Amino acid sequence: MEVPILKQGAVLIATFQAALSDADLNHLRMGLVQQVVKFRSRAVIVDVTAMDVMDSFASRTLREIAHMIRLRGAETVIVGIQPEVAFAMVQLGLTLEGVATALDLEEGLAYLNEKFKTTN
Amino acid sequence: MPAGEIRVAIKSDQDIVAARQRGRALAIELSFSSGDATLIATAISELARNMLSYARKGEIVLKRIQGSSRVGILVIASDDGPGIPDIRQALRDGFSTSGSLGLGLPGVRRLMDEFEITSQPGRGTIVKVKKWKQ
Repeated sequence: MEVPILKQGAVLIATFQAALSDADLNHLRMGLVQQVVKFRSRAVIVDVTAMDVMDSFASRTLREIAHMIRLRGAETVIVGIQPEVAFAMVQLGLTLEGVATALDLEEGLAYLNEKFKTTN
Repeated sequence: MPAGEIRVAIKSDQDIVAARQRGRALAIELSFSSGDATLIATAISELARNMLSYARKGEIVLKRIQGSSRVGILVIASDDGPGIPDIRQALRDGFSTSGSLGLGLPGVRRLMDEFEITSQPGRGTIVKVKKWKQ
């Protein structure tokens, strides 16, 4: 299953679907980092609003994506973690430590705008 | 769904997705809250993944169960993999032998209401978990 990646200025927006397999997530991890290089993006927003399950593999992959993108000098924001998914993650002991999160796409963009403003 | 059960063979990462989708669908069908359906689907995902990484394959069985005054879901994850030599250790947070996060079993136990595990080294592992409708 392909994850659509939208380029909006210096920001890439990847929108996750509900039924992503481990292979899809691995594929996306490489794809996103390559796109960041190709477009010289400054930030990536990963929208997980549609994801109904965030298990240990998915959250580890998200963390890895964020860390790889940081090594490229860009920012990652995870947006749209559903309340029920957040509850399940906490029960499982999963954290997204060191990864920025925001309520939704709008908040994610606002966070990045603020961040770029202060670093420019 | 009279006394029926759903069996999902776990042989690849695609099957993990299929198993958790079937679990969620069954939970919704039994009128579990969507929050509980998420917990059940997440537990199935973790159990199926453990199975793939330790035993390479196995089976997830989903069943509707009837308690004295409430309905529940039983998930049985069984494999004939290498088994777990020290279950007590495997149930401790942070323990892993496959280089994974090691949160699998204790995490699944927290997601569900009842948790039972039997394992025989060299023979396989069976994990049974239940969630009751609130």
